[in-house]
Amino acid sequence: MNRYPLWKNALVAIVLMLGLLYTLPNFYGEAPAVQISSVKATIKLDSALLGRIEDTLKASGITPDGLFSDANSIRVRLKDGDTQLKAKDALQKALNPDPSDASYSVALNLLSRSPQWLTSIHALPMYLGLDLRGGVHFLLQVDMKGALTKRLDGTAADLRTLLRDKDLRHSGINRVGNNIVINFRDAETRDKARDLITDNQPDLALVASQDGADFKLTGTLKPVAETRIQEYAIKQNITTLHNRINELGVSEPVIQQQGTDRIVVELPGVQDTAKAKDILGRTASLEVRMVDDENSANPAVMEQASRGQPPMGTDYYTERGGRGLLVKKQVVLTGDRLIDAQAGFDSQTHEPSVNLTLDAAGARIFKDITRDNVGKRMAILLIEKGKGEVVTAPVIRTEIGGGRVQISGRMSTTEASDTALLLRAGSLAAPMDIIEERTIGPSLGAENIQKGFHSTIWGFAAISVFMSGYYLLFGLVSVVALASNVMLLFALLSMLQATLTLPGIAAIALTLGMAIDSNVLINERIREELRNGESPQAAIRAGYERAWATILDSNVTTMIAGIALLIFGSGPIRGFAVVHVLGITTSIFSSVVVSRGFINLIYGSRRRVDKLSIGQVWKPGITTK
Amino acid sequence: MEFFRIKKDIPFMRHALVFNVISLITFILAVVFLFTKGLHLSTEFTGGTLMEVTYAQAPDVEKIRNKMIADGFADPQVQNFGSSRDLLIRVPLAKDSETSKVSDRVMASLQAIGGTNAPQMKRVEFVGPQVGKELASDGSMALLLVVIGIVIYLAIRFEWRFAISAIIANLHDVVIILGFFAFFQWEFSLPVLAAVLAVLGYSVNESVVVFDRVRETFRKKRGMTTPQVLNHAITSTISRTIITHGCTQMMVTSMLIFGGAALHYFALALTIGILFGIYSSVLVASPLVMWLGVSRAQFVVAKKEEAAG
Repeated sequence: MNRYPLWKNALVAIVLMLGLLYTLPNFYGEAPAVQISSVKATIKLDSALLGRIEDTLKASGITPDGLFSDANSIRVRLKDGDTQLKAKDALQKALNPDPSDASYSVALNLLSRSPQWLTSIHALPMYLGLDLRGGVHFLLQVDMKGALTKRLDGTAADLRTLLRDKDLRHSGINRVGNNIVINFRDAETRDKARDLITDNQPDLALVASQDGADFKLTGTLKPVAETRIQEYAIKQNITTLHNRINELGVSEPVIQQQGTDRIVVELPGVQDTAKAKDILGRTASLEVRMVDDENSANPAVMEQASRGQPPMGTDYYTERGGRGLLVKKQVVLTGDRLIDAQAGFDSQTHEPSVNLTLDAAGARIFKDITRDNVGKRMAILLIEKGKGEVVTAPVIRTEIGGGRVQISGRMSTTEASDTALLLRAGSLAAPMDIIEERTIGPSLGAENIQKGFHSTIWGFAAISVFMSGYYLLFGLVSVVALASNVMLLFALLSMLQATLTLPGIAAIALTLGMAIDSNVLINERIREELRNGESPQAAIRAGYERAWATILDSNVTTMIAGIALLIFGSGPIRGFAVVHVLGITTSIFSSVVVSRGFINLIYGSRRRVDKLSIGQVWKPGITTK
Repeated sequence: MEFFRIKKDIPFMRHALVFNVISLITFILAVVFLFTKGLHLSTEFTGGTLMEVTYAQAPDVEKIRNKMIADGFADPQVQNFGSSRDLLIRVPLAKDSETSKVSDRVMASLQAIGGTNAPQMKRVEFVGPQVGKELASDGSMALLLVVIGIVIYLAIRFEWRFAISAIIANLHDVVIILGFFAFFQWEFSLPVLAAVLAVLGYSVNESVVVFDRVRETFRKKRGMTTPQVLNHAITSTISRTIITHGCTQMMVTSMLIFGGAALHYFALALTIGILFGIYSSVLVASPLVMWLGVSRAQFVVAKKEEAAG
């Protein structure tokens, strides 16, 4: 009479099996690993590198436990900490022959010890938050006003060039707040200028006005353009941060946009915040300089220069192909003048190219320098980590005006897009401020896990002892249901790869403490039904059914609180809320469906049940009517 | 084993006035403390830098404080935390200094004075001024959302009288928790805020369970006066109330014992919330419902509608 239909039993069994499966990876713990990732956007991780890593490890007599690779990194799992350090040193030496100019970052990491088949069904251990594993968390605020001002300043310079080129006389172009104000002497010039600007600068909304003898044009950025610039600024900053953080050799960095103008950076395992902050705030830059052709052609001078003694006023750099080059110390142009860099194709040769867009001032300088130096070579340098590299050194064929510069020759499509990315990524589109920082030492992280774990386990134990003592078999079933609740919650957290933090562990504990409420309600109700003289089977049925409405109501109110926290919470509160909400969901299932399933298994199939093992049911002498 | 052998319904409602006066007094006290002492808000809300450092040997707290003042930190707080070897350092936000670099500067100061007893950094928290303000407003928005959500849900599911009395009873819990934090000047941090809101949802549970019984009793048993119905509902759920809260409290006590400093105030807020939650959601909410004029008619009509639908 108290039996589940087959599908319901099957459902419970399947859910519990899945729960077990996805909880499993958490029990294997973590193994030391070494992670290799590329530092430079131009160097890709490929199968050749994988082979090199294998060979290097074999040569040093290290047998890896496993080798995993994805788009961004190659990870080598190792037996123990000693082997990990040995492997790191060996790989560091083999992959980066010149430590001052590293192409790969070799970082220590931890990898789950869970077997391959679990990983292949995406059963991964829970993702631990920084407060549990140690590391740095930054919240960066992108100065959007700064991005807009920078852009408006650029536009103002562009307009000056534009009007001068078309011989339209104006009496001043200025940026006033978020506007560009252009003054004219007469209405006719102004109207001409307006048409010209509308054609050339589609992002500007122009308003004409007259102030005494002054005819004015006021340009503001259209809202669409404004949004685009802001989106671009934050994307660009994220790209820049990605590139910089790659250099830090952090194993699993998180760089995410938060809201419209913030970026979250989480660097697990990093302790040296000073260095991290330095790298986040640093600028890599582009420089354009002239090549010292005379000396570069002289083998004797080059020979000397390669040994570190370049002639006066020049620097020695190596080109992409490895050939040396002497470049004049005087910087013609810097990356500050760069507005954009995109990969493309040369319109005549169809060779891959990188197309640079310079701002108005940069364009003018570039025009002058190319006019004066036709036939000479110009070097485009990328200065990263204080070290320069000649990206390309083309011969100037003709004067280049308009601020559009194309770099082409000896480049593959990938190289072109990587160079474009690198040039774009070199600078930040808008200044950023650190508005929140959290650093947690690794020992504190481990301590937090311990504390959270102990709180939960002892609380669970206390509840188990009490429940089984008070409700006997029904209490035991409640404990089993509670245990399955923990398991399902772990499985869900592992599946969703939601970040588990210390408040999250607290939420697990609290959710368990609250989840037992449903079982108490049910058990009390069954006792009450028995007290009122119902037969055991009827009491079970009535107990579960009558308690259900109450359980639902009470969980909904708790859920409302959880959702409010989820919507408005950030940081620690969010970690708490996610687990809390998930826990309420799993607890409804486990305390009602799972516990009923077990009770049905125990009592449901029996023809006659004389007594339920639910503890003593005391019947008062006078029953209330 | 059975704890509660209650022969007759306990006449809770006879003392309704007493319960409400007690809670009114506690409430007023809490409000007074909130206004006179105020909450001791954590760095997360106020902004500033908080650092936890540990030493091999116990350092001289006074010396460190003086050194920091000498190094130009305005109003630094240095105190022992957990053990004599652990220090908690708070530096408030200062205008026109590079705020995000404060932690590095503090470490430099500590290292300069530490000598062989070198400090080791365990935790740094820096919060800029804009973030703190947002947190405070987000916190109040969350509270508001919880209150509105619960009132609407209860009004739909039960009756507006129940909704109003449940939320009044439980908000009064929240104020009392805050009152405790103000009186003892315990640190009010984000996890504590989470605990407060979780308690709000949790103790509304309690009222829901009682109200559920009230509704059931109204429908099933004729000829009972409203106070009798309330007494019956409370009496028949009291065993569950105490067992459930006891279990939750076991978990929270375990957190209080094993959870360490990080979970201390979180667990403390929960403890107060649970203890007052039992009291208020049962013994404050029910009299309020009675005075708001709940009656059998409201549920019998509801029952007919249900039968029709």
